[in-house]
Amino acid sequence: MPTITFVQPTGKSDTVSVEEKTSLMRAAVANGVEGIVGECGGQAMCATCHVYVRPEFEDALPELSEDEDEMLDCTTAERTSQSRLGCQVSVGVHLDAIIVDVPTDQV
Amino acid sequence: MGVIIIGGGQAGIQAADSLRSGGYTGSITILAEEEGLPYQRPPLSKDYLAPAGRPAALPLRPATFYTDNDIDLRTGVSARDIDRDNKTVTISDGTAIPYDHLVLATGSRNRKLTCPGAETTGIHSLKTLQDAEELHAALAQARDVIVIGAGFIGLEFAAAARAHGCSVTVLEFAPRPMARALTPVMSEWFTDAHRRNGIELRLDEGISHFDAGPDGRVCAAHSTTNRRYPADLIVVGVGVMPNDEIAARAGLETNNGIVVDQSLRTSDPRILAIGDCANYPNPHTRTRTRLESVQNAAAHGRHAAQVVLGATDHYEETPWFWSTQGTLRLQMAGMSRADDSATLIGDPAAAKFSVLCHREGQLVAVESVNAAADHMAARKLLSAGLGPSPEEAQAPGFSLKAHTQQALLNPA
Repeated sequence: MPTITFVQPTGKSDTVSVEEKTSLMRAAVANGVEGIVGECGGQAMCATCHVYVRPEFEDALPELSEDEDEMLDCTTAERTSQSRLGCQVSVGVHLDAIIVDVPTDQV
Repeated sequence: MGVIIIGGGQAGIQAADSLRSGGYTGSITILAEEEGLPYQRPPLSKDYLAPAGRPAALPLRPATFYTDNDIDLRTGVSARDIDRDNKTVTISDGTAIPYDHLVLATGSRNRKLTCPGAETTGIHSLKTLQDAEELHAALAQARDVIVIGAGFIGLEFAAAARAHGCSVTVLEFAPRPMARALTPVMSEWFTDAHRRNGIELRLDEGISHFDAGPDGRVCAAHSTTNRRYPADLIVVGVGVMPNDEIAARAGLETNNGIVVDQSLRTSDPRILAIGDCANYPNPHTRTRTRLESVQNAAAHGRHAAQVVLGATDHYEETPWFWSTQGTLRLQMAGMSRADDSATLIGDPAAAKFSVLCHREGQLVAVESVNAAADHMAARKLLSAGLGPSPEEAQAPGFSLKAHTQQALLNPA
């Protein structure tokens, strides 16, 4: 099963194993990873599942849609070139292990 | 010594979470009527119904959240009555549980049709995970779908049924869809968009009654204009009613929901009401409102926790809403009225635009289609009270995002 590692601002990390096609948001919410809210249920409507994807995984990520791009402009923690919405990135065949950093704030 | 929260939806769970993370050390008990881990409802009418197969329910919090935070989550348990003198809640098995503070997050239930045939097999509504599971299964078999009510749920479902290849007719007794929430210009745009997508959207046409076939299942809907529509699946989405009866029985003031003050307290200061069931004074509309949205539920939950912890500030969050109807992403910030002046920005023909609503020259709401940047800018502007004037918004090349950046840098 693919694995996702969430690294907290404190340096503490959680690695979770999930079914293919699971989004980072769903994985975090279902496993109680701190700092990922996902208030809208994965619709890219609330920007509370913001994560920073480590650069080494960038090539395996799905393209940024216009909606996601616009929502990322409004995250609570600062947007960087590594910013994505966790609900729009799923693990699977092309991405069987990923490491992301969790921002300090979501709301 | 503790808090009892009646209701395991977005509002109730958020209140529990915010109480603990805010340092509350007393006991927290959540009474949740449905069995199983409390879950998020918004995906039920969207992703959950997609032809590609349904995802598992998305929990609001994992099971470990409740144990780790010492929150007593009682599922499949309903609250029967509140005894305000003794400060106890009697639950379904007859036990009385004491409280210091009680948070009513009882939510709402779907309004039911009362017309002849309304109880016939094959007529569904959508609120719970079980409803969504039944509908997902029914959609795989259905050919002719009739939706009663062109509100958010009805149109979200209609778009999902189209994606399954069904023939879809929507009956709406009002002259325009989503009339309670949207400006006429936005309603009209959605009418055209859904019709282009092949949905037969019938306006000024309500439901009269249903026919059952020889097998006892629904086979047709008759409209108030005497048309007969053959159907094998009917979905009713005609709004919700607040679950305020338990509050009324306890002598708390109710009026289209449980009446609360600016701090979300009911007429009994030890009892708060939040989310769909709460009728609160809305500083943005300067009227009492009862909102049915995730944002309202979660923000009420956070605020109620702070009040229990001793805060005295008023609830003033700007309301925002969304609806996903097929490929159309509708986002609303603030609250519009049909008589607001409407300024259109962006490109409706390309399905990417917003409607800015002004009342007495003030920006009061923004409705956006596939324009997240506008929506997010609008939330900031409305919270800060820094809207563009109608004249500014009508200027060529106006950008809400650019205006917001300017306005927040140089507040007048």
